[in-house]
Amino acid sequence: MPGENLQRDQDSLLRRVWGSVFKGPIVPVDDRQRRRTVLDFLILHIHPPTVPVSTIRYTHTWGLGGMSLVLFLVLALTGILLMFVYRPVPMEAYSSILTLQREVMFGSFVRSIHHWSANFLIIVALLHLLRVYFTGGFHRERQFNWIIGLSLLLLVVLANFTGYLLAWDQLAYWATTIMTSMLAYIPVAGLWLQRTIRGGTGIGAATLTNFFTLHTTIFPVLFVIFMPWHFWRVRKAGGVVLPRQEGEAPSDKPDRANTIPSLVTKELAVALVLLAFVLVFSVLFHAPLDQMANPGMSPNPARAPWYFMGIQELLLHFHPLFAVLFIPITAVLFLVSIPYLKYGDDPGVWFISEKGRRMAVVSATVAFVVTPALVLLDEFFIDLPALMPGLPTEISNGLIPYLLVLGGLTGYYLLLKNKYEASKAEAVQSVFVFLFVSFVVLTIVGVWFRGEGMKLVWPL
Amino acid sequence: MPEELKNLKDKSRRSFLSKLWLLLGVALLVELIWVLVSFLRPRKPKAETDAQNTIIAGPIDRFEPGSVTAFPQGKFYLARLEGGGFLALSRVCTHLGCTVPWVPDQNRFICPCHASSFDITGNVINPPAPRALDLFQIEIENNIVKVFLDRTVKRKRYRDDQVTKPF
Ligand code: HEM
Ligand code: FES
Repeated sequence: MPGENLQRDQDSLLRRVWGSVFKGPIVPVDDRQRRRTVLDFLILHIHPPTVPVSTIRYTHTWGLGGMSLVLFLVLALTGILLMFVYRPVPMEAYSSILTLQREVMFGSFVRSIHHWSANFLIIVALLHLLRVYFTGGFHRERQFNWIIGLSLLLLVVLANFTGYLLAWDQLAYWATTIMTSMLAYIPVAGLWLQRTIRGGTGIGAATLTNFFTLHTTIFPVLFVIFMPWHFWRVRKAGGVVLPRQEGEAPSDKPDRANTIPSLVTKELAVALVLLAFVLVFSVLFHAPLDQMANPGMSPNPARAPWYFMGIQELLLHFHPLFAVLFIPITAVLFLVSIPYLKYGDDPGVWFISEKGRRMAVVSATVAFVVTPALVLLDEFFIDLPALMPGLPTEISNGLIPYLLVLGGLTGYYLLLKNKYEASKAEAVQSVFVFLFVSFVVLTIVGVWFRGEGMKLVWPL
Repeated sequence: MPEELKNLKDKSRRSFLSKLWLLLGVALLVELIWVLVSFLRPRKPKAETDAQNTIIAGPIDRFEPGSVTAFPQGKFYLARLEGGGFLALSRVCTHLGCTVPWVPDQNRFICPCHASSFDITGNVINPPAPRALDLFQIEIENNIVKVFLDRTVKRKRYRDDQVTKPF
């Protein structure tokens, strides 16, 4: 309308500049404005203007994906602050951390926030994976987003691992030594890979430069590419999976509510509670810092960081070829194949069905009992290489126990399917639960039940 | 040419072209990763003078038979066996790379990380270590022991011909 233009021309400069930045009011008052606001703001635009009411309930997603994002943002902000003080060369790295903690206002606090957020991110991303899995959020149009999610999880772990070395204390130095030494057991490419990552034969200045650049540039850039891709895929799939009760038909026309305020207020609440928790936690507990790295003296016991304890525990039981190569590859293949197995059940019901839930509980219990039992058995009673002295240890302590475990799982799967008439989805879910709980138990054993010389001990 | 055939040809040409684009895209990605990797790789060792890669350990009679002497700057131990021969043992545990200290009371190397132990020849007494400690090469000239650090020699277990004898 020409009249409107005339009106605009007569507005004050301030008004016109403001109007060029914000198209509508920043605090929308009616529903139509609220829906517009979602579309007009870049960040809010990851959401559609309205979302299905049933997906907003907190106990559907538990806000875990959003929490991962918040933790990432906290990490980015605190990481940038740390970079002003930190110096990535062996002679100065450790002392720059001391300077940070002693002389920089809030230095210790910011380091603690960064440290704890990084650790929480691993836990939260894993819980998010569980949520997605157990609500069946990985079928059809969401298949590939599960793969993007796995890539994000890999990034989380790699970012943690490369960040761990930077403090250049004893803990970091030896954990990195142990972790990168594991690579040497990979046939053919192992040593090459190890040298590439270390930038040399040992852990030294080149390693620190490599890790610093990966940690502060490469991985953050990859996050910034993969996260929006992940979110965009969620939107393209029509939002998160619609929750259902067992027996309820999937609805294609669910009731919708306005994103503002219904979803956005909940997201804000989750973000603020999480932030408060991280801040309080970081005030109460400082990020650990050991003595400065000393390549001449390994501490006893030298440990991998906690999220690699599961693999370290496997190393104590399996030939390294299996502990660091075949078992992890099997696990990754299983995770990647999850969305592509043909199931035939509709998504959206927690644990697929009431029966699926019961089987999951049973599987978790079985794993919780069987895993420690196997650890004890291997530690004290059975010495496979001694039983089969004629065989190379790759076979006696590698292939044979590996096939036994695989056979056990296959048997368990078939038992559930044939004897207890589980659907394919329920049986796969049971195996998934079993493996996940086993891994958690191995991690717990590694973190709390291994003492000097990696002997089994009772904590306390 | 019948219309259908022409369409078919068109189609296959188009799908060929799009495959070519895909191939180019993949090639680009591979190149980027290649560049990244070559930036991570170790640099060529500087044309270091022999002096830097060699350690003069000292005259042979400074080392008692049956003794182990640490050379922290070279990251190795010089072991003199009962027979009088020398071995230069890397201090890096063959299990997962911790630094193994020599424990004289027990006459063995004991790794603090996962309790592997090695005897004076570097042989494994206790797993999980899968192999004997790596060796550095030794030369004895005019009764002076020299150790070359350019290269480690990997080995499964100790053999007599790995020893350097003074005569
Ligand atoms: C840095 C790590 C990650 C971030 C920031 C992230 C973020 C998100 C967000 C915000 C959502 C929307 C729903 C929700 O909040 O739960 C989501 C959904 C989803 N995520 Fe993630 N995620 C991450 C890692 C993962 C991992 C490890 C997986 C599993 C392999 C995964 C798979 C999925 C899938 C399949 C969906 C769609 C689920 C559905 O439609 O119900 N994500 N993610
Ligand atoms: S690193 Fe020496 S025993 Fe594991």
